[in-house]
Amino acid sequence: MALTEGSGKGRERASLPPWIKTTALTIGSIAMTMLGLLFVTFIIGRVMPIDPVLAIVGERASQSTYDAVFLELGLDKPLVVQFGYYIWDVLHLDFGTSLLNARPVSEDIARVFPATLELATLGIVIGIVIGVPLGVIAAARKGSWIDQVARVLALVGYSMPIFWLGLMGLLIFYGILGWVGGPGRVGIFYVDVVPSVTGMILVDAALDGNWDVFKNAFSHIILPASLLGYFSLAYISRMTRSFMLEQLSAEYITTARVKGMSEWDVIWKHAFKNIRVQLITVIALSYANLLEGSVLTEIIFSWPGIGSYITTALLSADMNAVLGGTVVVGLIFILLNILSDLLYKVFDPRAK
Amino acid sequence: MAERTLRQWLLTDTPTSRRHAKLSALYQGWLAFRSNTMAMVGLCILLALVLIAMAAPLLAPHDPFVQNLGNRLAPLGSEGHLLGTDSLGRDILSRLIYGARITLYIVALVALIAPVVGLLVGTVSGYVGGWVDIVLMRITDIFLAFPRLVLALAFVAALGAGIENAVIAISLTAWPPYARIARAETLTIRSSDYISAIKLQGAGGLRIITKHIWPLCISSLIVRVTLDMAGIILAAAGLGFLGLGAQPPSPEWGAMISEGRRFILDHWWVATMPGLAIFIVSLAFNLLGDGLRDVLDPKAGE
Repeated sequence: MALTEGSGKGRERASLPPWIKTTALTIGSIAMTMLGLLFVTFIIGRVMPIDPVLAIVGERASQSTYDAVFLELGLDKPLVVQFGYYIWDVLHLDFGTSLLNARPVSEDIARVFPATLELATLGIVIGIVIGVPLGVIAAARKGSWIDQVARVLALVGYSMPIFWLGLMGLLIFYGILGWVGGPGRVGIFYVDVVPSVTGMILVDAALDGNWDVFKNAFSHIILPASLLGYFSLAYISRMTRSFMLEQLSAEYITTARVKGMSEWDVIWKHAFKNIRVQLITVIALSYANLLEGSVLTEIIFSWPGIGSYITTALLSADMNAVLGGTVVVGLIFILLNILSDLLYKVFDPRAK
Repeated sequence: MAERTLRQWLLTDTPTSRRHAKLSALYQGWLAFRSNTMAMVGLCILLALVLIAMAAPLLAPHDPFVQNLGNRLAPLGSEGHLLGTDSLGRDILSRLIYGARITLYIVALVALIAPVVGLLVGTVSGYVGGWVDIVLMRITDIFLAFPRLVLALAFVAALGAGIENAVIAISLTAWPPYARIARAETLTIRSSDYISAIKLQGAGGLRIITKHIWPLCISSLIVRVTLDMAGIILAAAGLGFLGLGAQPPSPEWGAMISEGRRFILDHWWVATMPGLAIFIVSLAFNLLGDGLRDVLDPKAGE
């Protein structure tokens, strides 16, 4: 995200240290982006063909009930004021009540979110553990068979519909081979066995010391997590490879080789050290993408996370839940994006 | 003999006219592109797809909508149904062939809308500069920071399910990168000497943008569009799979996977075949895009 430098006039006037200005600009840009997201969801909520009042009171309510709710929702006020209310509510984590189960949307999201977090985190771990070494080796042995394998893996990853690959995974590893657990987070006998502390079932089971549940939950999560891991691996390995190639062609690498340093040390102690910052930005970005990619994966694996929540709400026209979910995913996505940007700016002296 | 002279004419170092130089450059680009085997494979697959879509009524062995409940879920290679039948006894091969039309329709529409919007925003932003630039680029950044699929979901929720709305939703989330590219190109072109020369001759802003800046932005946009196509196809299929894109009984590939999903463990081919079709087409677009990038924009490749 490019931060625009102030105009010439501003620079002459500036007596504040530059970091204050940079920080202010960054915070301003974050606020602008988030405001933009809220504006878009607000507009979507207003142009949708569903009458929010009717959705609450039902079709048979009297005119006076209808009017009361109409006023209560502030729908008689100008749009700008309504937008103000909306921002106020979101700042207080109030996304309205779900029309489906009459519970606050924020509670629902807090309940389903850990499931998505658990899935996406395991996914990114798999992506990093395999993707980074693969990219490094592909760069070090450019043109070798392992480079070709990495290339094909990435190309297939970019071209494959994630939900279809998930179905194929279920078919092969669950249906035919029986190696993994089926859809859902745990088998039916293990539901609600361990007390929910973090909402992440692997962590909860470990905290409770119940390794049966842990094993069962692991057999259920491993397939969807590997799937997500594969898609982040495709991106991470490609980026790692191109960063490494850039480093390996630098002169200090030649110097190190001339000095007689072993190839292992050249690659891992010199070149790899210098791409760490870039790698962290890439990982933050693909983590954000995983949160999004988990929407379709969750549907396939009946994973009760935020993706399933949004889609179920969508199909039953529960707009408060849809928009609340969109805002939460959007805000996290934006934060991760900005975080990756900031990391780059802070740690890489060249990115001035 | 005539062909050889044509080749020589195209490969000349001393073009005799402007058109000659243009054709020569095009031909040399084509030669470079042709030597890239994978890109040619991608191009052939896509040409085949276009032909299949055009000749769908001739090629399809059955009507894609006719149901035959007596012959439902027939396996691969059963008589008269090469790829089997789905849960309503419809021929899967015929549905795939007709589905190619829908896929191309979606891709073509998005590929028309998103880059044009991006080109407009980007060139205006880059050429006019100042406040216009700041405001437009801020909006672009905001859209760029959104999660695309989730936002498309929300748009479709508001607009209602259907192909056209899916196209609008995908386009709304796809234009910002084009605006970024177009702006960057405009900034470099704007300050070049020949633009100053045209300005001295009295050309106005509109003429400079449309006649001199747009043509130079096109090649990088084309590369980007081709590389984005796979993502567009996957997004459209995803929306179809969720039941928010094309509606049944339309033979859209994503929706077909969604239908076949219920029988995945016992009748695997129903969901597998449309998925393979999606995979092959988006793979072809990726291969073609990589090849085009190497020809049109050699700096960007590794």
